Order: sequence, then C-alpha cells, then structure tokens
Amino acid sequence: MTRDTRGRGGGRGGGELATVLGKQPIGTAFVTPYVVFLAAVFAYPLVFAVYMSFHDYFFAAPGVVVDRPFVGFDNYAAVLSDPAVRRSFANIGIFLLINVPLTVVLSLLLAYALNAAIRWRTFFRVSYYVPYVTASVAVVGVWLFLFNSNGLVNTVLGPLAPDPSWLVNSNLAMPTVAIYVTWKQLGFFILLYLAALQNVSKDLYEAASMDGASRLKSFWNVTVPGVRPATTLVVLLATVTGANLFTEPYLLTGGGGPDGASASPVLIMYQRGIEQGNPDIGSAIGVLLVLGVLTLALIQRRLLDRES
Amino acid sequence: MKRKLTAALLALGLAGTTAACGGSSGGGGDADAAAQARGEITVWLSNNAEEVAWGKQMVAAWNAAHADQKVTAQEIPAGKSSEEVIGAAITAGNAPCLIFNTSPASVSQFQKQGGLVALDSFPDGKSYLEERSGKVAEQYKSTDGKYYQLPWKANPVMIFYNKKAFAKAGIDTAKPPLATYDEFLATSRKLVAAKASKFAIYPAPSNEFYQPWFDFYPLFAAETGGKQLVADGKAQLASEEGKKVANFWRTLYAEKLASQEKYTGDSFADGTAAMAIVGPWAIASYKGKVEWGAVPVPTSAGKPAAETFTFSDAKNVAMYSACKNRGTAWDVLKFATSKEQDGKLLEGTGQMPLRDGVATAYPDYFAKNTAYQQFADQAARTVEVPNVANSITIWQTFRDAYSKSVIFGQEDPGAALDGAAQKIEQLAAQS
Repeated sequence: MTRDTRGRGGGRGGGELATVLGKQPIGTAFVTPYVVFLAAVFAYPLVFAVYMSFHDYFFAAPGVVVDRPFVGFDNYAAVLSDPAVRRSFANIGIFLLINVPLTVVLSLLLAYALNAAIRWRTFFRVSYYVPYVTASVAVVGVWLFLFNSNGLVNTVLGPLAPDPSWLVNSNLAMPTVAIYVTWKQLGFFILLYLAALQNVSKDLYEAASMDGASRLKSFWNVTVPGVRPATTLVVLLATVTGANLFTEPYLLTGGGGPDGASASPVLIMYQRGIEQGNPDIGSAIGVLLVLGVLTLALIQRRLLDRES
Repeated sequence: MKRKLTAALLALGLAGTTAACGGSSGGGGDADAAAQARGEITVWLSNNAEEVAWGKQMVAAWNAAHADQKVTAQEIPAGKSSEEVIGAAITAGNAPCLIFNTSPASVSQFQKQGGLVALDSFPDGKSYLEERSGKVAEQYKSTDGKYYQLPWKANPVMIFYNKKAFAKAGIDTAKPPLATYDEFLATSRKLVAAKASKFAIYPAPSNEFYQPWFDFYPLFAAETGGKQLVADGKAQLASEEGKKVANFWRTLYAEKLASQEKYTGDSFADGTAAMAIVGPWAIASYKGKVEWGAVPVPTSAGKPAAETFTFSDAKNVAMYSACKNRGTAWDVLKFATSKEQDGKLLEGTGQMPLRDGVATAYPDYFAKNTAYQQFADQAARTVEVPNVANSITIWQTFRDAYSKSVIFGQEDPGAALDGAAQKIEQLAAQS
C-alpha cells in the first residue's frame, strides 16, 4: 500500500518521460530486462510454434526458397489421429496422477520431519537434495540396475517380482517412471516446503498443544493450512515439469518403451519435430500440450483457491 | 498494465515471426561462382579418437601443401546426435564445408532442407565417385538421380562370438554352427543352458529409429540377397523373407535368448551375451577383453559367406550449401578419399573405405591384420538404408511395429510388418 502511494507521487512530475515510460519509470526500467528475456526466450518461440503448427513447415537453409503453405488445422488433425500421440497424452495423464499427489505428500511430510530438531538434520537435507542436482544420465544408470529383472528390487521381492520386469512391463513402466521422477525432484520441493514452514507461527502450534491437539491433529490443522501457498506452487510446478517429461522415457525406458507405454508428448514431439524433420507436427503437439497444461493449472488453481 | 504488457509481448512475437519468415525465403547464392571459389574452409569430424587422429593428419598433410587454402578441422559439436547438430547448423547457415560423418539415412532430410551440394555439379564429381566406389555407389544416389554424399567408409556388420563362452558350452569355436536360423537358435539355447552367458545375443531393444540396422536389417539384407527396405517405392519388409527374419528374432526374444531390457554398457565385452552384431570398428574395443571370432549373419537356408549380404553401417562425406569455397572443398574431399588417405583411415580405425576392391587394394595391411580380411571381403556385399523421402520416419515406423511384435510379442510379427509396410509406402511416396 505504501509503495503504491509513493509510486503515484513519483509519476506525476514525469511529463513526456512519463508518457513513454508510464507512471512508474523506475519500475519499468527494472522490469524491462526480464520482459525482453521473456519475449525472446518464451513469447517469440511460442508464437512461432503456433505459426508453424498452421503451416506445412520445415527448417531450411538460409536463402533457400521453399513453399510453406498455410494448412489450417491439418497438422492438428494429423496429430490427433496419430495413435502414438494420443497414447503419449494418456501416459502423461497417468504420470501426473501418480507424480503430483506423491510429490505433495512426500515432500510435505519429509520437510515437516526435517524441520524438527532431529539428529543428522543437515545430512538428511543434503541427501534428499543430491538426486535433484545430479545429472539424470547418471541417476538413470543406477535405476536401470535397481529395476532390471535381476536388479536389487526384484531380488528383494523374490517370487513377488513382476514379469516382465518393471521397465519393460506395459502396465508398470509409466508408474515406475513417475516414482523415479518423484524421488529425483523431491529435494527441490522439500526445500520449498521447508521455506514455507519457517512462516508458520510457533504460537499456533503452542495454542493447538494447549487445546490438547495431538501431533497428527496439529499437523493437519496447523501445518497443512499454513503451507497452503507453497502447496499451490508445488502442485503447479510438479504439473508443469511433469507434463514436460522427456529425459526419463528417453533414457530409462529406451525411447518410451515398451511399445510406447512410457512415451511422453515431449518425446514424441522430439521424434517427429527434430529427428524426423517435421517441426510443424512437433509444434502442433507442443501447442496442444501447452493448452492442456494451462487448463490443468487453471483447474488446480481454482480448486486450491476454493479450499483456502 | 497487464494488458499492455501482453499486447507488447504478442506484438514483439509477431514481429519476430514475420522477420523470421521473411529471412528464410530471400536471396540465393551464386552456386557456379562458389563451385570455383578457393580459400579457407572448415570441416567437421566424428568424435571418436581414432577418426579424430586420422582427420588431424589428413588436414595437416593438406595444409602443408596448400598454405593459401587452409583447412580447419573440428569435432562435430556435442548434441543428442550428430544428425540433429548438422540439421540445426544447416538451418542456421553455419554448417561447415565438409562433414566426415554424414549418415546416409539423413541425406534426404538435409537435401530437402537445401543444405547439401550435389557433387555432380563438379565436372569430375560423378566420375570420381563412381570410379572410387564402383557399383556400391548406386545405393547412395538420391531420388533426383544426383549424388549428395560421397560413400566414404563402411563397417559391414557380422556376428561376433565369444570363443571362451562357446568352448564352455561345448560348441566348436573354429567353425561354430551359426549359418542357418535353426543352427543359430540351437547354439543360442546351448549357450544359455550351459550358463556360458546370460543371453545368447543382446541387440539393443530400445526404440530409436536406427536400432533395426543392428538386428533386423543385416539379416534381411542377407535373406533377400541384398535388397533394401524400400525398393522402387515398394516396402520390401513384409515379404516372405522379411517375415522369416522377424520370426527368427521373435523366437530369440520369446525364449529369452535375447533380452527385452536396456543394457548399460557393452553386453558382449562384459560377457553378458556370447554374441553381438557389430562391425570392424569394435575390434579395437574388444582387445584384451574378449577372445572373439566372426561369421556372416545367418540366413534361413545357410548361404555361403561369399553370397551373404549385410548392412553397411556406412558414414559418408557430404558438402554443405553454406560452404563458400566449394572449389577447395571438392579438392579436399578428393584428397581425403584418395587411395593413400583411405589406407591411413584403414590403418588408424580398422574401418573399410568404400573403395572398389578394398580387399585387394591394401595387401600389406590385410597380411598383417588378418582379422580384418573377412570384413574387407564382406564390404563388397553390403546394403545401405534406402535413400528415400522421410527416411527417418520410415525407420521409426518400422521400429515401432518391430518393437511391439518381435521384441514384446504383443502382436503377430507378420501382421505388424504388413501394417508397417503400408505406412512406409505412403511415406516413401511423399516428396
């Protein structure tokens, strides 16, 4: 409120400068670099992708005259009638259904535990964060050893081990990828919750305790509502990063296998757009994905806001 | 403020789009002048140590004799694959003059992008290429009848087998029974039953478009007596021979003689598999690790070695349209593929120059390196990927069908090949 008043005062005497830079010239100056960055790195490619998706577009060498006619919704029709693309969207739906709730629950619980005065707290915090900062290529190698038919997981499970094994089983490949991604990203989301937990007033816990609330009730009635803004952020980020899944099906399940059971829209986009030289088709998949994620994010926002 | 910002971003985006569209359609260089032009050029090399060493000595030898036409060599910049990097360089207009690692499967795509120079545009282009490579050159011609790539070197793939594992299973190591499908399957069963290795053979079961080149395609080439996947616009894979090959591999997967799981590392060098399908480039990497032998890929009836075809696994040299000094580039290309430089490539890498009569061209080398002789003989009977439109999409379509039916057994291999053949013919028909 105070900032707002000062801003208006500063803008009054601006004259022509105010016309060019608006009522908040300093604010505009601070924002401009990011707006330029946003325009160059996000807005331009996005608009260009939309343009490509409506044309028979392919990349050509500079100076080469090529025909790239407007094709209306042909690329979208081709994409939507492609069983591999439809399956990839269904796969990512399964992935998000497992990954997002699991991420929220585990990261909140672990952050709550790590926020308490436990021994080796720093060690645990670092341990959870290490997978997040480790290159996926290296971590994928470890998981391949863990989850192959003779891996540690199947050895422990013995006769209960699935056949075919996890990563080559049509029903288990995507859930395994979802669990892997949850584990890998957990450190980052724990960090978000740890920061949010610092803002939950200790007075509330004391009041709950004086009212005779158990630890569980105190967690449910104080901690969970107290970190709700962080939960909104975690859900949103987990959804956005999850929908952009690429590395894991590319490396962990050998290109979305078995038989496309773990293929993601971004993997198909890469195959069609980059490998096979059809960026128009790739762009159509990308635009559909953006629309899907925006819709999902909007629904999540509405639901979470309503709850708060 | 929010609305203004959104409008500004959109305007900027649209302006950029317009600029980008305008930029890609103008101009056009003077190709004839460029074909004569001489001066400095840049070349890209594959990034394996042996080829880099060969490239460096080749460039040094050229530069020593041509101070006014200096060549600078560098490894292909890192990326998910060389083909992606080259495709991006073509689009950006900063591709080098020559790339000594151009995949034949990508040539049709690069050509569509306007990224390649037809080597026929040089007066001696066609004759040089055909004289050097002989009848093999025909496979590298594009659909417009021109050569956009110079067939450079091949790695004809054969069946490598681990002699110790074979001995452990009581199998003859000098002449192992691997010529027919029945013999190959019986040998595989023996190996696994005797626990000589966990799997008989371990081709990568992953879904990348190029994986068929190391499982289905060599056997298909052998079974058909040298046919390509697509010939005269017709897909050949669903033929009786193609289905025999698919069923052979299906048996290996169904009986767990081959694995459906991705392997990190080299399953043959590690001893996890007793056999592998690779070319002579791998010999150096097996030194001291595996006591190996090599035989031609199997056929249903067991063709003699002298009649057995295989996949070439070739890498070629192409000239890129961003090249200004094409006169120099053409001379460097001929220098780098001369008999002398081909000999140095053979010595340094063990890979077979795609030169007519390579087996007899370097008698001293093959006398000293007898292990390579059979690969030189095999080099005369190789099959390349078809040089058709949508080549990569065709291979991915095939791989998807093969993966579903042969590797994971979720569909009858014959029906899967029929379906794939139909799609492939539609793709090949597109220009």
